[in-house]
Amino acid sequence: MKADAILDTLGLYCPMPIVKTAKKIKDLKIGQVLEVISYDEGIKEDMPAWCKRTGNEFLRIEEGEGEYRVYVRKLK
Amino acid sequence: MAEKVNIIIFSGDLDKVLAAFNLALGAAAMEMKVTLFFTFWGLNVIRKDKKVSRTRGIMRKILSLVNRGGVRRLPLSRLNMGGLGRSMMKKLMEDSKIPSLEEMIKMAQKMGVEFVACTTTMGMMGISREDLIPEVGRLAGVATYLGEATEGKINLFI
Repeated sequence: MKADAILDTLGLYCPMPIVKTAKKIKDLKIGQVLEVISYDEGIKEDMPAWCKRTGNEFLRIEEGEGEYRVYVRKLK
Repeated sequence: MAEKVNIIIFSGDLDKVLAAFNLALGAAAMEMKVTLFFTFWGLNVIRKDKKVSRTRGIMRKILSLVNRGGVRRLPLSRLNMGGLGRSMMKKLMEDSKIPSLEEMIKMAQKMGVEFVACTTTMGMMGISREDLIPEVGRLAGVATYLGEATEGKINLFI
């Protein structure tokens, strides 16, 4: 999936991936997609929850070799 | 309007305070308005790492000697082992790229988390405003907490 920006949170534990996502998403324009990379399995539940709460769109998650790639569309 | 989260930090134990700050940072990232109320042993978290500036009475003087403030002095609630456990925990956190409590306090302030100190405990323990770190925005009492708690969807006591 094509992203407009990539945020590397590899090796960081909760809540740092969403804390960094909240900061990074401010650099994007509405409609753009942010890709967040993490080793933290908690992100599978946490990122949809963060999106729901903040009004952004959770697009999809790709898993592979203990690494998660999460795609979020900025909606506001 | 943003949802409000209020956390009373009563404990001065490093592990419990870390849990409180994890929640605070997560909530701030979720665009919630977070207020941390520090009371009793929790005041040690927001005390500067030095002796109280001015205190009256022998009991307060003794207390200020045995209950030194400052983030780096906070013990673990279990397995502190005279500070050895705390050092090991800090090393584990560092190795796991988990921010230290000092870093979390700075991050929280940048993210708009509000720090409130309890004036009753301050008065009782002989702690003044100048003994507290600059991140503390307000000094207040139970009415302030209760007032904000009624507006809060999430109210925690740690």
